[in-house]
Amino acid sequence: MIDYIQEIFSTLRQNKLRAIMTGFSVAWGIFMLIILLGSGKGLENGMEFNFRNTSKNALWIWSRRTQVAHDGLKAGRRINFTVADGDILKRKFEDDMDNFSGRFHLWGDYAVTYKNEYGDFRIEGIMPEFKKIQLVDMLQGRYINEFDIKQFRKSIIISEPVQKHLFKDEEEKPIGKYIRVNGVPFMVVGTFLDPEDKDKKQLYMPLTTTQRIFNGNNRLTEMAISTNATTVAENKRIEDEVRDLLIERHRVAPDDKQAIGIWNTLENFKQAQGVFAGIRMFVWVIGIMTIIAGIVGVSNIMIILVKERTKEIGIRKAIGASPFSIIRLVLSESVLITALAGLMGLIAGMGLLAGVSAILQQVAVENQDVQRAFFNPSADFNVALSALVILVTAGLIAGYIPARKAAAIRPIEALHDE
Amino acid sequence: MQSFYPLETITIKEKVIMSQSIIRVNQLHKSYVTGSNSLHVLKGLDIDIKEGEMVSIMGSSGSGKSTLLNILGILDNYDQGEYYLNDILIQKMSERKAAAFRNKYIGFIFQSFNLISFKNAMENVALPLYYKGVSRKKRNAKALELLDRLGLKDWWNHLPSELSGGQKQRIAIARSLISEPKVILADEPTGALDTQTSYEVLEILKEVNSTGITVIIVTHENDIANMTQRIIRLKDGIIESNHTNVPLADKSSHAIYVNP
Repeated sequence: MIDYIQEIFSTLRQNKLRAIMTGFSVAWGIFMLIILLGSGKGLENGMEFNFRNTSKNALWIWSRRTQVAHDGLKAGRRINFTVADGDILKRKFEDDMDNFSGRFHLWGDYAVTYKNEYGDFRIEGIMPEFKKIQLVDMLQGRYINEFDIKQFRKSIIISEPVQKHLFKDEEEKPIGKYIRVNGVPFMVVGTFLDPEDKDKKQLYMPLTTTQRIFNGNNRLTEMAISTNATTVAENKRIEDEVRDLLIERHRVAPDDKQAIGIWNTLENFKQAQGVFAGIRMFVWVIGIMTIIAGIVGVSNIMIILVKERTKEIGIRKAIGASPFSIIRLVLSESVLITALAGLMGLIAGMGLLAGVSAILQQVAVENQDVQRAFFNPSADFNVALSALVILVTAGLIAGYIPARKAAAIRPIEALHDE
Repeated sequence: MQSFYPLETITIKEKVIMSQSIIRVNQLHKSYVTGSNSLHVLKGLDIDIKEGEMVSIMGSSGSGKSTLLNILGILDNYDQGEYYLNDILIQKMSERKAAAFRNKYIGFIFQSFNLISFKNAMENVALPLYYKGVSRKKRNAKALELLDRLGLKDWWNHLPSELSGGQKQRIAIARSLISEPKVILADEPTGALDTQTSYEVLEILKEVNSTGITVIIVTHENDIANMTQRIIRLKDGIIESNHTNVPLADKSSHAIYVNP
């Protein structure tokens, strides 16, 4: 075995420059493939990051005005969800639903004040289950709970930017302090951070409290559901059934797309994933094409090499080299050149990706937009493994024709062309 | 008609003859076909070379001597007839088998030495053993031993380009000997050498021959041919003459043959 490797190296040493030049095309091909794949992965990671804070199989339901007249009711009628809608959904879709939360948005000016500080923030009444649909990181205290709902407590949780805005004294603990929303005091029970948008100024309070204090009666402005669906089709089915139910309850025309809106995150997530699967495939195609160019280069050089070494191969055959040993000699050289060069390309590509990734991670700490567009570009182990398989195969393909040519050399012709 | 000898006796007798022959060729024919032309190169040769002989094959260019050597060296096929090497009928065979036969029975020496330019003397000599699967250590040791015998021990790590013609041919001889062949086929071994060196090379070949290895030399130089035991002259694909030389007792008798 050592013998055999030494035999290959002794011939490769003969043509160092040529071996390097040939190898370069292969190294470049692999380098490009890795970079492209890594970039694709980066884009994909960015996309997935955008979906990170929502349950991936959620349905977000909202209502607007009807567009068409239906069932004796004229167009332009405002649809309002009520607590009853939520109860029916919960009952009817017991088997399909993991979590349900009614939502009550406060629109318009509801100034939030604490001591001398004030600001306008997004305020929403929600149910405890909401934290499993819209994911947030709790920093201090707790989320809204069942008791808040049942006892109409004036509890509130605030996002970190809101806390910074209202509590100027950084030493001051917000938990247990009272802030005023439209003049009504609420006790802060928790602070959180929205991982999707760290600058989001948001306050959540119990749904029931919100309805009672801000003239909500039993209205819901929106509803959110997380389903237990694992496939797009299943989630779509639930979406359709929910829509049908709501359309019937609110006497909306079945073809009225405007009146009741549902955002199906799983469907959208899968669609985005589909796009990235497409990109990934495209990248592979391009990468492999690049490598083919490299293979042709190697093959070309090997053919010339065999031609130049006709005499040597003739001598080897005359003194007892079998055709197989000649094929092995040429193939091994080809595989060795492609494998070594490819490995260098692989390492260079991975190195560059790792470097870019590290830089991006640092940038992302300050600027979240980077993280959303392009994050952690990397080629994983599987990619490297596939690339390696491609390389060896490439080497074999590149060497095959020249090797056949070499094996077909007839010693008499090789030795008598003086 | 009844044969005078019983059949069995004849068979045994033939076997005895066979075992003495290292190379036996019966009615050998060979044609080269190029397009519509067919060139009949060998037209029914009968040659019998005994084990331990030193034979030269002579002939002008086109006489078929190179073709004959190629067939004897299993580098080429023949069309008709029979060729026995060491009592084995050599027929059309796979390249792999031919390579194995060459490796086992035949050592080649060429006019242009045909050493591998990027391998040093020792590696060149050891190469046939590489294809025999002998370990590096063993084959290098054997190569050095052979180089020592041929007076080239100090040159073992030199590349062929750093050596003189005579040295190169001696390395080629060492290479042909390393696999302990039965026959050495030398194609114009002195063609590229001056007279003095030619004689030195031939002396080495005679020494090799004296160890029992059959040596067949293709040459067009009379003085070289005259140093062998038998001369087979080819002309237009047939054997023109096949005669045994007067045994050469000592070197001084060369003079007779050197001058035409």
